[in-house]
This record gives sequence, C-alpha cells and structure tokens, in this order.
Amino acid sequence: MAYDLSFAKEVYKKSEMGHWIKMCMQCGVCAGSCPLRAHWQHSPRQLFQMVRAGKKDEVLKSSDMWMCTSCYNCIARCPRNLPITHIIHGLARYAETQGKVDPTQPTRRFAVEVFWENIVSTGRVGEAMLTMRLYFQDGIGAGIQRGLEMKDSALGMLKTRRLNPIPFRGKIKGYDGFKKMLAKAAELEVKLENKA
Amino acid sequence: MADVHAAGHTILVVGGGISGLTTAVEAAETGYNVLLVERDPHFGGRVAQHNQYFPKLCSPTCGLEINYQRIKNNPRIRYMTLAEVVDIQGAEGDYTVRIRKHPRHVTEACTGCGECSKACTVEVPDPYNFGMNTVKAIRNNHAMAFPVWFHMDPEYAKSEEAQKVAKVCPVGAIQPEMQAEDVTEKVSAVVWATGWKPYDAEKIRPYGFGQYANVTTNMRFERMANVYGPTGGKIVRPSDGKEARNVAMIQCAGSRDHNYLPFCSRICCLASMKQASYVRNQYPDSKVTIFYIDLRAMDRYEAFLQKTRADQGISWIKSKPARIEEDAQGNPVVIGENTLTGERYAMPFDLVVLATGMEPNSAQAGKVPYQGAAYDDYGFVTGGVLSAGCAAYPTDVASSVQSATAMAMKAIQVAGRRG
Ligand SMILES: Cc1cc2nc3c(=O)[nH]c(=O)nc-3n(C[C@H](O)[C@H](O)[C@H](O)COP(=O)(O)OP(=O)(O)OC[C@H]3O[C@@H](n4cnc5c(N)ncnc54)[C@H](O)[C@@H]3O)c2cc1C
Ligand code: SF4
Ligand code: SF4
Repeated sequence: MAYDLSFAKEVYKKSEMGHWIKMCMQCGVCAGSCPLRAHWQHSPRQLFQMVRAGKKDEVLKSSDMWMCTSCYNCIARCPRNLPITHIIHGLARYAETQGKVDPTQPTRRFAVEVFWENIVSTGRVGEAMLTMRLYFQDGIGAGIQRGLEMKDSALGMLKTRRLNPIPFRGKIKGYDGFKKMLAKAAELEVKLENKA
Repeated sequence: MADVHAAGHTILVVGGGISGLTTAVEAAETGYNVLLVERDPHFGGRVAQHNQYFPKLCSPTCGLEINYQRIKNNPRIRYMTLAEVVDIQGAEGDYTVRIRKHPRHVTEACTGCGECSKACTVEVPDPYNFGMNTVKAIRNNHAMAFPVWFHMDPEYAKSEEAQKVAKVCPVGAIQPEMQAEDVTEKVSAVVWATGWKPYDAEKIRPYGFGQYANVTTNMRFERMANVYGPTGGKIVRPSDGKEARNVAMIQCAGSRDHNYLPFCSRICCLASMKQASYVRNQYPDSKVTIFYIDLRAMDRYEAFLQKTRADQGISWIKSKPARIEEDAQGNPVVIGENTLTGERYAMPFDLVVLATGMEPNSAQAGKVPYQGAAYDDYGFVTGGVLSAGCAAYPTDVASSVQSATAMAMKAIQVAGRRG
C-alpha cells in the first residue's frame, strides 16, 4: 500500500499547532490522562496516528475533537511536550472550515452557533442568554427539563456572582471598534489561508 | 618498566564503582601510580547493590571480587574511602587536588570480626537497602564489602555508647573522636567516574510512589530480591508482606519525558526483563506484565529479549501508563491505553515496579570541583577532566568497563607525556 502523506502535510500546514503531531511518539499517556477517555471513539494519540496514516475523512468527520473540555491534563503529562489540547481544537476548527462536521454535533453547535452569535451580537458574553439558547436548542420541553436539572448550580452561580441574570444587556461601549477588529481578523485569516 | 614513571605522576580516579575500579586497575597494571577516591565506605558502587547481572543472570559479586583482588595485589594503587575531592586546580599534566577524608571512626586495623556490631544497640535506616530495613550504627554494608573495615555513623560516634563499643574491639580499631581531614595531592590526570543515582520516583506524581506502599522502584526491587536485602530475598508486597505473584513493571518511568529525565537510560528495559525472571523463578505460577513504549535491547541483548519473550508467564503491553491508583485492597491499579488495540485499561496488581532511570551524580552533589569542567544538557561530564562509565553517559556494565578502559588509556597518555 502506498504511504500517502498528503493529509498529514495538509494538517501540519493548515491546522493550528498541527505540525506538532510529528513529535508524537505514540506512548498513550494522553489517552489515559483524559477524564473523558470513556467517551472518545479515538484518543488524541489515535487521532494523531490517523492524521499520519492519511485517514482524512475519518479524522475530519469524527466527533472526537469535539469531546475535549480543555482540562489540560494531557498537556501536563505528555512526555514530548505536545500542546495536545490546542492541536485538538485546531483539528476541530480545521474540520469546520472544511465543512466536514456533522451540523448536529452538539459541541460544534454550541461553539460555532450559540457562543459565536452570542458574543458577536453584543461584544460580550451574555451568560443568561447563552445558557437559555443552549438549553432550548433541542426544543422547549427539553429546555425546561435541563433548566430544572441545573437549577441548583444556577442558583449557586448567581449567589457567587458567576452568572449575570439579565438577558439583554445591550452592546458594549465601542461596539463599532469591536466589529472592525473582527473584520480585520477575518481578512487576515483569508490572507493566511491563501498563502498556505 | 616499573620505575620509568616518577612517583609524582599519578592518575587520580574519582569514584570506585565498576568504572573507577576498572580505570584504576587497568592504569596501574601498565605501571602508573593511581589514587582511587571513593565517597562511600566501600567500593562497588551501584553494581554492589544489584542482585544479578543481565544478561547472564550471574552474581555481580564475582566480577567485583576479581577487581578487589587486583587492587589488593597492586602496590601502585592507593585508595581512600569515605573521601571526596573538594577542589581541583591546575591543568592537564599538573593538577593539585584537595581531598576531604570523612571520619570512619574505625581504623584500618579492623579485621571485620563484627564484635562491635553485636555490642551496638542503636539501629538506623540502612542506606545500602534504600532504608527498607534498619542496621546497626556500626557495621559493614554486606558480607562481600571491600575494604572490610567497619564504619560508624557520625551521629552515633558522639554518643556515650560509642565509647563503650570502642572497648569491645579486640584490636582497638574504633576511634569515636576521629575528625575529618583534608589532604593535598599532586596528580597528572583526573578520571571522573562518579556514576549515577536512581531518579527520585516521588517526582513522578501520577505513579504515586511514596504514596502507595505497593508501588516500588527497580533499584529497591533489586535489593528486595537479594539475600542481603530487607526481606532476605523474598518478593513480597511492602504493605502486608504477602507474596507478590502478580507484578507489573513500568518502563520509562520518569525517563524520555520532558517533565522528568529527558533521556533514555539504555538499561531499564533489560533490568526489567531480568527482574521479571526473579519473580518467575521464585513463584512458578506468577504473572509479570511489562508496560513499554518500545523495547530497547541493543545488539547482543536481543537474545535476552527473545528468551524473556518465550516465557508465557510474562505479558507485554505496548503503552506508557498514564497513572496509578490504589483500590480498597491496597492493590495498585495501572491505568492507560493499550496502543496496539486502542483499548483503555485499568489493571490491578500485587506490586508495581517503576523502571526508573539513572541520573548522573555529576548533575548535582557530585559536580567536578574544577573550573574547566563541562557537562552535557543532562549533567553528564563531557570535558575538563576525563570521564568514565555512567559519569559520561548512561549505560550498562559491559560498556562502562569499555569506557573505563579507554579512559585508563587516555590517562596514561597524559601522565606519560609528563613522565
Ligand atoms: C535497576 C538497574 C539494574 C541494573 N542492572 C544491570 C545489570 O544487570 N547488568 C548491567 O550490565 N548493568 C546494569 N545496570 C547498570 C549499572 O548499574 C551501571 O552500568 C553501573 O552501575 C555503572 O557503573 P559506574 O561505576 O559507572 O557507576 P556507579 O555504579 O554509580 O559507581 C559510582 C561510584 O562513585 C562513587 N561516587 C559518587 N560520587 C562521588 C564523589 N563525589 N566522590 C567520590 N566518589 C563518588 C559512588 O559512591 C560509587 O561507588 C542496572 C541499572 C539499574 C538502574
Ligand atoms: S502523550 Fe504525547 S507523545 Fe504520548 S501519545 Fe499522547 S500526544 Fe503522543
Ligand atoms: S485537554 Fe482535552 S484532550 Fe486533553 S485531557 Fe483534557 S479533555 Fe482530554
């Protein structure tokens, strides 16, 4: 069988921190350190090996990298100092830009739709709105049920001032500047992509 | 030829493990004067702590014993134990060195009869067995120790009992009031052979050494398997003394890891295979599981790997475990991912042995007290003075001996130029 490195090269170049995958020695420490290891189909180690083996669709369509909670356990333990968490997020984003991700993937929906729209619309994170949209994304019934389940946490967060209860707080001061920054970032990104 | 070289042209060898011993006898047997300085009370270094040698699985004492005979029979070798080189001045061909002799509290008149140990009532943790048992405060380390002279712990020497014990010595060799003393020597060449120490396993937090009683290290295990060890050679669980019949070995524990020792010590794979045989020979129904990233059995050691592989009682899991937890029965549970199957495991064992690597003594306490000394990134000695064995790089006994012989050659070239 021919050994096709084209996907690996693509990831090294275009996926954020992707070039670090070269350094992985396949020891398995990341898999055993990850608190979500039971929920991944493929561990970080396996994903990295799949990148090297050219399994493009399997990698980009997998839900694995959407499982990461950014706990940083794996980074702290990796013997070879790979920034695993960042590589994983890079792969998720790369899959998104390639249009490979299942649109119903819950983490993707939260990150790409709910969270992004929330922050762009006002320039700040509106926790109350964010929570509501997350809870109600599968319909009203499911939303109410989730809200009740999480009631105690929510009250606790309110008490410790970790959650701002006001749903509509309006735009931040200098919202226009914020929009300009986003536009500039998008422009730079396109430039970078064309260069690569 | 013996008289060609003037007495002033001496080769200083620092460290009396297998490497230093080899450099000393090889250089002396070509007719040069050698001064051998050892920090411990006895020679032999780490090899004297091993139970068996891979790959032949013979006793390390015979190899050491031959060298001790060569030293005893060679008037060109002077040696000092419990001594350290504290300062080196000058340059190749003409060094002045200062050596600190720590008090042994026992003179060279000691015959090793052991009457003092019998009279002594104070027990201290045994450094020879990594503190896993206690020993008398006046003793020699083991039956084969060389030199045979006993040594007394400095703290104990200050006690009243030490005075009484001094009186039981039939040859009057015990001197509790002995003090440290500095001596100065002129030498032509310096060979640094201070070897290594086991990497501090407590630093590898996810593996719980020091926290879980039944997680141990390869060097402790080496002592446990030895008749002079804390259990008289019986392989047991430290927590409850039960026979350890289901044992795990974890390779690269704290090695090849940027958080700990970044390098490979080259011998730990072989050491674990050897230690697997200790378990398998002691308990025929035992099981040993070796967790590894990749197995490093260089050149002729391949045969040893094949032999170990043939034993059905030993299984191999390609994985660097992520962590160890303890279950309610006090069993260490090893957790990780099998990288051949992708399966995530959590396996309980009676005992887990961490195959920790070799940290050069010259990285810390054993730094060369010489301005021109140079080290690599890990603290192994690369220049300024000659370096032999594990002071130069991590390796097994066979290549330590090769390197030590090569350094004897270099040292006599330096000494000879001035001769
Ligand atoms: C678990 C384990 C098992 C092993 N089993 C085997 C085996 O079966 N076969 C094999 O071939 N190899 C084995 N090895 C490797 C072997 O231990 C080394 O190759 C060997 O010890 C190297 O000898 P050395 O003289 O260079 O160093 P060392 O044995 O460390 O000797 C150094 C000497 O220098 C002295 N010293 C230190 N600092 C100073 C100082 N500042 N001043 C004066 N003296 C000082 C020390 O007290 C010591 O006596 C094993 C290693 C490990 C970790
Ligand atoms: S811990 Fe690091 S080196 Fe080991 S498999 Fe994971 S990414 Fe690779
Ligand atoms: S950072 Fe992500 S991949 Fe790494 S251990 Fe945490 S959840 Fe798992």
